[in-house]
Amino acid sequence: MSDRYDAIVVGAGHNGLVCASLLAKAGKKVLVLEANSQVGGAAVTRSFADGYSVSSVAHLLYQLQPQVIKDLGLNIETVSNNMGTIALSADGNHVRFNGDEVSGVGDEDVAQFRDFRKRMTRFAKLLKTFLNKTPPRLANDASKSDLFTLAQLGLDIRRLGKVEMQEFLRLIGMNMRDEVAERFDSALLRGAISLDAVMGTHLGPRSPNTILTYLYRLAGGDGAISQPSGGMSSVAEALAHSARENGATIRTNMKVKRIVIENGRAAGVETEDGERFSSWLVVSNADPKSTIMNLVQARHVETEFTHRIHHLRMRGNAAKLHLALDGLPTIPGVEKREYADRFVIAPDDQYVERAFNNAKYGETSVKPVFEICFPSFRDASLAPTGKHVMSAIVQYVPFELREGWSDKTHSAFEKLAIETLAEYMPDLADRVTASELLTPADIEEQFHIHGGHWHHGELTMDQFLFTRPVGGAAQYAMPLDGLYLCGAGAHPGGGVSGAAGRNAARAILKSGYSL
Amino acid sequence: MKTYDAIVVGAGHNGLTNAAYLAKSGLDVLCLEKNDYIGGATVSRNLYKDWYYSNCSYVCSLLRPEIFRDLDLARHGLQITPYGGGSVFMENGDYLGSYPDEEVHHREYSRFSKADADAYERYSADTMRQCRFIRDFLLRTPPDPTSFKPRDLKELAHLGSKFYGMGEQRMYETIRFWTMSVAEYLDEYFETDVIKAALSGSGIIGTALGIHSPGTAYVLLHHYMGDVDGNIGAWGYARGGMGSVAKAISSAFQAYGGELRTDAGVEQIVVKNGKVKGVALTTGEEIDANIVVSAMDVKRTFLKCMDKSDLDEDFYNRVNNFKIRGSSGKLNIALDGLPTFPALPKGSPLLDGDMHFIDSMERMERAYDDWKEGTWSKDPYVDMVIPTVSDPTMAPPGKHFMSCFVQYCPAQIEGRDWTDEERDQFGQTVINQIAEYSPDFKDLILHCEVRTPKEIENESGLTEGNIFHGELTMDQLMFNRPIPGYAQYRGPVGGLYMCGSSNHPGGGVMAAPGCNAAREILFDLKRPDITPVNFGDD
Repeated sequence: MSDRYDAIVVGAGHNGLVCASLLAKAGKKVLVLEANSQVGGAAVTRSFADGYSVSSVAHLLYQLQPQVIKDLGLNIETVSNNMGTIALSADGNHVRFNGDEVSGVGDEDVAQFRDFRKRMTRFAKLLKTFLNKTPPRLANDASKSDLFTLAQLGLDIRRLGKVEMQEFLRLIGMNMRDEVAERFDSALLRGAISLDAVMGTHLGPRSPNTILTYLYRLAGGDGAISQPSGGMSSVAEALAHSARENGATIRTNMKVKRIVIENGRAAGVETEDGERFSSWLVVSNADPKSTIMNLVQARHVETEFTHRIHHLRMRGNAAKLHLALDGLPTIPGVEKREYADRFVIAPDDQYVERAFNNAKYGETSVKPVFEICFPSFRDASLAPTGKHVMSAIVQYVPFELREGWSDKTHSAFEKLAIETLAEYMPDLADRVTASELLTPADIEEQFHIHGGHWHHGELTMDQFLFTRPVGGAAQYAMPLDGLYLCGAGAHPGGGVSGAAGRNAARAILKSGYSL
Repeated sequence: MKTYDAIVVGAGHNGLTNAAYLAKSGLDVLCLEKNDYIGGATVSRNLYKDWYYSNCSYVCSLLRPEIFRDLDLARHGLQITPYGGGSVFMENGDYLGSYPDEEVHHREYSRFSKADADAYERYSADTMRQCRFIRDFLLRTPPDPTSFKPRDLKELAHLGSKFYGMGEQRMYETIRFWTMSVAEYLDEYFETDVIKAALSGSGIIGTALGIHSPGTAYVLLHHYMGDVDGNIGAWGYARGGMGSVAKAISSAFQAYGGELRTDAGVEQIVVKNGKVKGVALTTGEEIDANIVVSAMDVKRTFLKCMDKSDLDEDFYNRVNNFKIRGSSGKLNIALDGLPTFPALPKGSPLLDGDMHFIDSMERMERAYDDWKEGTWSKDPYVDMVIPTVSDPTMAPPGKHFMSCFVQYCPAQIEGRDWTDEERDQFGQTVINQIAEYSPDFKDLILHCEVRTPKEIENESGLTEGNIFHGELTMDQLMFNRPIPGYAQYRGPVGGLYMCGSSNHPGGGVMAAPGCNAAREILFDLKRPDITPVNFGDD
């Protein structure tokens, strides 16, 4: 047995680092073990071609929580703040929106958009107060603080006022397609909003619950989008730096093989290389399925619990496409300065729904949807001088492809994606000098996220709040003494927010865990 | 001129139930029906020789037993007989049966998967637990969560205590159940595609949702929470067709002294000084009443039968956005004899049950994709029954009546009206699907009535032919049904009430909205509550 730690964090994803840093700050002796050579997990910048780097999975910051920034005294440099969104149209008549303002649509839509955003922002704020709290337990023997949190939730909803409360209770279970169809004439606007509601999920705009996913995205940071300087790794590095400053040890290239169980409790971890580290507290930043089924193994936890974990839905649908370009592609109707913005390809809500249809049957979208940005436009460090990088989220690309992922299916989809992009960027194909497509299967392999799902589990009402990851285990403590979950699979979910990591650290410290 | 205490608009099963309770309480009640027959969508119609078609609703289970007994419907001639299971015909020539007898059912499922046969027990128990939870709320008025009135707080507390009383794990399961899709729910129990396909149908019948849409697990419940003679989840036929249900309730209503007028379509609900004054008929005749109760769906009530100026603009817009989507069609067929289904063993009791022809989850979902594109399913989910196997009163001796409920069938084709050719093609699609499994079926057809949502709306008045008077999605359930703030059966104008299926607890031949609305009306009139209370659940 080697050194004993107060806490071992499995995985140096952004949540793991936040959690480690906060525990270390509280005076604990913390060890973080990361399987990859870089810290950050899915919040990482990697080189994908000679001279070209890109944020490999998450590429834009929506929701890094101010509480996290404040608690850890972070200083994240961004190159673009408050990025606008341009919904691309093949004919060059694009729709642009940012915050509450939209242009390229009729007056009626402008007013409706303002109203829509106002309402959504209001509800998102309500959600936001809950992002940074441990969800209460619903139990007959629930603690006072659980009841208090529950009462507060009820009160917060009531405080919206009668009309807004009614609207909240109605909208929360609704689908985005009905909402945008009720409001907007502009197909591009309907498509773009639908896309924001379904990105990263196994849902289409007509699926109930897509208002919730939209609100979740908005809840992080009032809908402002920014791009960190040097890509996502700068966030991860800042967090790692803070953890080290606070006294935590971070070791990379250390893949944890299993969580050691002794006398029915977590007692440490063992790496692939056979090294063992001891601690009575193991905090897993891995997704719940990998944590319980692989690292802990089913026989150590109660069977009803494993049954639920086994049934967690976490089939990823979002792929990342990275293109090294020898120059910016021409996008008719877009000015040069606008390349700093975010582009989406989702010409209307039905288009997005059709793209989803394929995914239901294990096929890739025939006409995929995209969220695109050119990170190198404002950040010269990512590409050689005069050259550029395109980073795009492509949907829908199922984790389990019916015909199976192979080099053939992989490159066929990459070709299709570039062809689809070329409808909006006619000279794109000639500019591509290198490319990388990360399907959910690749993301699982390279970032160790089961199913390659960026939320570590579908963000639907049945896997949300009280029941995230599963009912009875939403308070970060797993039903195995000494084991906690601190990743996106726990409340509140994915996105580079740090909320899960922070909440987990607070839950651990509050539980009175002592040595 | 005479002023009635109350006028109920629409003699469907809910309108009649509401009218019956108001009459029972001693009020002077008039029930108006636009057609020359009563029942609305709960009807038996003689459209071809001596055949009686249950031409909209076709099977019965949800009708609340409390109401059945309270109104003494057996004495008024209503008889419900459970039927004998169900079957799914498979493309490979096999079939999957489901039987009321647990042993037989287990043996049948074991043919496909032993694990699934065993899982069925867990599945039934878990689903039944959700049924028990919801059944308690069927005959209650949903509380308004924004209100501080003692009555609402009491109901909220009841809801809360029922929920908490389930215990911790069950609470989480309930939250999940209410929000997940039927496909995901079934995935947690079963591995065999055809078994999942067989069970998933109940999650989408009557809705504009697919089996993968979140919220469809709840719809499943809507088809399980009924009972026949106390057997929860069982389904049966009303002897003589579904019209017998309406006839029996109407007979009870008239026995209480109520007055019924058919051929009396309401043109408008008349409002004066912010209060209802009565109704104006299409003939121009005006009838006065202190209370008007609409059994029509909310869209028809407020958008078609009221003056826009009598309504608050916000209310009007909300009604306009109420989701009530045409998603189902119907074929009613007179048969010269009983069609044979070679896949079934000789003498199989499954002929006396519901039959289906989709054997995979993918086919189920693809049927929905067609609807989303604005057309009928090319490979539809058909819920087919031949009630005359056990009920000889609906067709001449040796002849049969077949009812085919078809999912999905849009109210409009790609945004425009149906043409007659398209309607016929739609009918042919269904007939061809059945004929795949019954070689003599086509030759036995004597008469076939094809009903798209358009025909259903024209005849029974259901907007877009939606069988539930509005989608059963989370945003339109409980205190959100039909629209937030109006879930307690009271309309936006004094003296105006709503008692149709657009209200809690929703559609199906349940009669609960009619009964619940009566309770609220009697409450407002400060009369004793004579509506039945929930039977304590077993």
